[in-house]
Amino acid sequence: MSNPESAELLPFIVYFCAVVLLVATMLILSWLLGQRRQNKSTNMPFESGVLSVGSSQIRLSVEFYLIAIFFVIFDLETVFIFAWAIAFFELGWYGFFAILVFILVLTVALIYEWRSGALDWGVKTRTGIGES
Amino acid sequence: MSVGATIVFSLVLLLAIVGGAAVLTWFERRLLGIWQDRYGPNRLGPFGILQVLADMLKLLTKHDWVPPFSDKVVFIFAPTAIVVAMMLGFAVVPFSPELYILDINIGLLFFLGMTSLAVYSVLLGGLASNNKYALLGGLRSAAQMVSYEVFMGLSLMGVVMLTGSFSLRDIVEAQRDGWYCIPQALGLYVFIIAGIAESHRLPFDLPEAEHELTAGFHTEYGGMKFTMFMLGEYCGLILLSCMITTLFFGGWLGPVLPPIVWFCLKTFFFICFFILLRAAIPRPRYDQLMSLGWKVMLPLTLINLVATGAIALWMQGA
Repeated sequence: MSNPESAELLPFIVYFCAVVLLVATMLILSWLLGQRRQNKSTNMPFESGVLSVGSSQIRLSVEFYLIAIFFVIFDLETVFIFAWAIAFFELGWYGFFAILVFILVLTVALIYEWRSGALDWGVKTRTGIGES
Repeated sequence: MSVGATIVFSLVLLLAIVGGAAVLTWFERRLLGIWQDRYGPNRLGPFGILQVLADMLKLLTKHDWVPPFSDKVVFIFAPTAIVVAMMLGFAVVPFSPELYILDINIGLLFFLGMTSLAVYSVLLGGLASNNKYALLGGLRSAAQMVSYEVFMGLSLMGVVMLTGSFSLRDIVEAQRDGWYCIPQALGLYVFIIAGIAESHRLPFDLPEAEHELTAGFHTEYGGMKFTMFMLGEYCGLILLSCMITTLFFGGWLGPVLPPIVWFCLKTFFFICFFILLRAAIPRPRYDQLMSLGWKVMLPLTLINLVATGAIALWMQGA
């Protein structure tokens, strides 16, 4: 290794290869050593002893999609906070008030979600904004 | 430290993590047994420690079954993803001033990224199994993990603000004057809860709640692939304890004993703490878990951020 940067990375590369090798060994060993058995119900999906009915591509609660959308919104916003946190003392009070406004906007969005019932699970009727 | 020594260290570390996770399965059962007034596995070897070997042999000789109705490539890929992600997370942990694999200035972000990758494992495992229980379990855990991920990162920003660096070595060095567990108590609290939810261990193991979803996302998994999910989970637990030690409890810092001993002692303490949590707290309902995350933890994290910022700036000015 000629340049210092790749020399620093070298242990990590070795580590990564070792991890991948370990995982591959585990998979191959169990494939080699594992017993093989085949009976009437081996190849059936496990549903607590009940015969599987219909497809497993079932309809899902809309809450899961909502959570996914919230995650995208909030996680993007946290990235901005990350950028502020690293330069916290350099930015001083000016940066603090700027991020305070940003966090306030974030809080308003959270309150809106809360009030509209989007954070409640299993509630059939939406309360608050939708109703009025 | 020379390059050769670091390479040796990386291999030793890998063995230590895998061995530690294996022993932890036995240790956890023994400790739970003691707390629940029973023995736990105590037959094989001294204190039953050879149970680890017996379990490993048993799991290795199980039928390596890939369901014919599943999405086969993804089915095999899913358990490997969590093991690789969790193991790589250890690369940035500074075990002592010299013992680390990778010292990058974005170490903390690297850790957060690696824990986020674990979501793919459970989600893909659940989807590829083509089983209704697995699908529901996978979805639940994905929703749970992404929700708690939002403020898992945010709860650590207080530490970053006080240090002014994402590098884990800088964070440990900055704690010479005092551990961050005191000024950042709120951040520590949120981080512990988010960490348990991220590694979906009890009491937050809703994705694999036995009483309603059999085994959740790994219902169709058996033998070594199941073991890999468990290995990933236990590695996640050790990694979480390492990170709590590094970020809030001064990492390797401590008097008399060598740094690595201090690090291991502190980490061991938190592992025991997480096992105690498992023994002590019952599992919440899924909707309670999600509202706890969004309605309590997220506002708490934002308050912690603003308060930390205001107080730190005020004290600096004063």
